[in-house]
Amino acid sequence: MIKVENISKAFVGRPVLKNITAEFEQGKTNLIIGQSGSGKTVLLKSIVGLHDIDEGNIYYDDTHFNEIGFDEKKKIRQKIGMLFQGGALFDSATVEENVMFPLNMFSDLSVEEKIERANFCLARVNIVNANKLFPSEISGGMKKRVAIARAIALNPTYLFCDEPNSGLDPKTSIVIDNLIKEITEEYNITTLVNTHDMNSVMGIGDKIIFIYEGEKWWEGTKEEILQSDNNELNEFVFASKLAQKIRYGK
Amino acid sequence: MRLVETIGLYILFLKKVFARPQRGKIFFQEVVKEVDKLGLKSIGIVSIISFFMGAVITIQTAYNTENPFLPAYLVGLAARDSILLEFSSTIVALILAGKVGSNIASEIGTMRVTEQIDAIEIMGVNSANHLVLPKITAAVLFNPFLCILSMGVGILGGWLVGVSTGAVLSQDYIDGVQAFFIPFYITYGIIKTVVFAFLITTISAYYGYYVEGGSLEVGQSSTKAVVFSSVMILLFNLLLTQLLLS
Ligand SMILES: Nc1ncnc2c1ncn2[C@@H]1O[C@H](COP(=O)(O)OP(=O)(O)OP(=O)(O)O)[C@@H](O)[C@H]1O
Ligand SMILES: [Mg+2]
Repeated sequence: MIKVENISKAFVGRPVLKNITAEFEQGKTNLIIGQSGSGKTVLLKSIVGLHDIDEGNIYYDDTHFNEIGFDEKKKIRQKIGMLFQGGALFDSATVEENVMFPLNMFSDLSVEEKIERANFCLARVNIVNANKLFPSEISGGMKKRVAIARAIALNPTYLFCDEPNSGLDPKTSIVIDNLIKEITEEYNITTLVNTHDMNSVMGIGDKIIFIYEGEKWWEGTKEEILQSDNNELNEFVFASKLAQKIRYGK
Repeated sequence: MRLVETIGLYILFLKKVFARPQRGKIFFQEVVKEVDKLGLKSIGIVSIISFFMGAVITIQTAYNTENPFLPAYLVGLAARDSILLEFSSTIVALILAGKVGSNIASEIGTMRVTEQIDAIEIMGVNSANHLVLPKITAAVLFNPFLCILSMGVGILGGWLVGVSTGAVLSQDYIDGVQAFFIPFYITYGIIKTVVFAFLITTISAYYGYYVEGGSLEVGQSSTKAVVFSSVMILLFNLLLTQLLLS
């Protein structure tokens, strides 16, 4: 479980996160939705400590994350898997080496076991026969999937995914969404996913938090989201013709 | 004010860099990679430059000492001492600041703007330590060899070109190179090389590590890294010369 209390963050005087309080549950896929520029990435990065927050508190289970020192943070971080919006694969390393990096750093497995684990993770994101390629040699969507494989290599306790299926085709998107939901439930992970894809919302959203201009505007489940009378949320949810059709039948 | 702030940040950065590596074995592998990238791949340019500089120093010294009252061995001696004292440490360091410094700053800067550093950090690995300490270690260990190589190639270049252009007689040059030899000059050159290697790698890594923005800023930081490392090399050259030779 991850909890944030009244967190605020501004960049050179411009507020980006405004007094956000939320709880992200263990074993569930917690979605953070909102339009482009609403502050989703900044929120995720603030929770993992890549941005220092100006105010508020962040808790990882019983640990008061923003109060502890560098060494204790490192211990929590070893339990974190994170997928960055841009993938953030190491350019100088092959696909296989990328996935093996966290294993090399923190596991005591033998080389064969590490390769086996890397292949297992890669297979889960449908990457085969690309182990020796470099990030510059694979497609955008493949990069994203390799980055997911790297994020889950160490069986994280907390998983953060920033736009896991932007840039993927609809079919692969569903595969990735299902994978995230599956491992979340299988290993009882606390998972936070940023997305603006309504398909993901309806597919895997156990708990949904809607961010509007840096504020938490709405919170609920995928069943509730279609019934909400919140204007800004509806504008976001029913932006597509298809969604409008589902709700209003026209 | 900006300068004080930069120096403060630089010292904090060094504190982050000089920590115990997460895994000794990985650290060692990285050092080996960096020796190849920063050291072995610089042998070519260091040799070429040393050869030509040795040649030019010899010809110029010969030209300036065409006086029958001066001993014939003077050319070799003067060429040797300028190579040992200044050339193979300072000038080679300036060249490496351009080659290695821009390489380090742009590599680390690109990793910063593409969130690769964040990705390392988020795994619970000290990114500054993981990325930079191997580079410092490799350069500090390997650059003395480049310095010694440069000394040898420079003196050889002076002899080959000096003799073949008729600027100096072979035996006079060889006598000169051996005359009044002070072994400490080599130590002095190596001490300077080690300090310069430290300056180049840390300053360039610092500029790369704190880039904000995109590819444009990476380019700018790489330029700054080269300029600032070069200035620091010149400054420390002065300090070390005062300290070691006076
Ligand atoms: N490092 C930074 N410095 C200054 N401003 C920033 C920084 N990072 C983000 N911002 C600003 O914060 C706001 C929110 O950005 P953020 O990246 O969180 O949006 P987002 O919701 O993730 O959008 P998208 O869906 O397009 O990824 C934007 O207005 C952006 O300009
Ligand atoms: Mg984003």
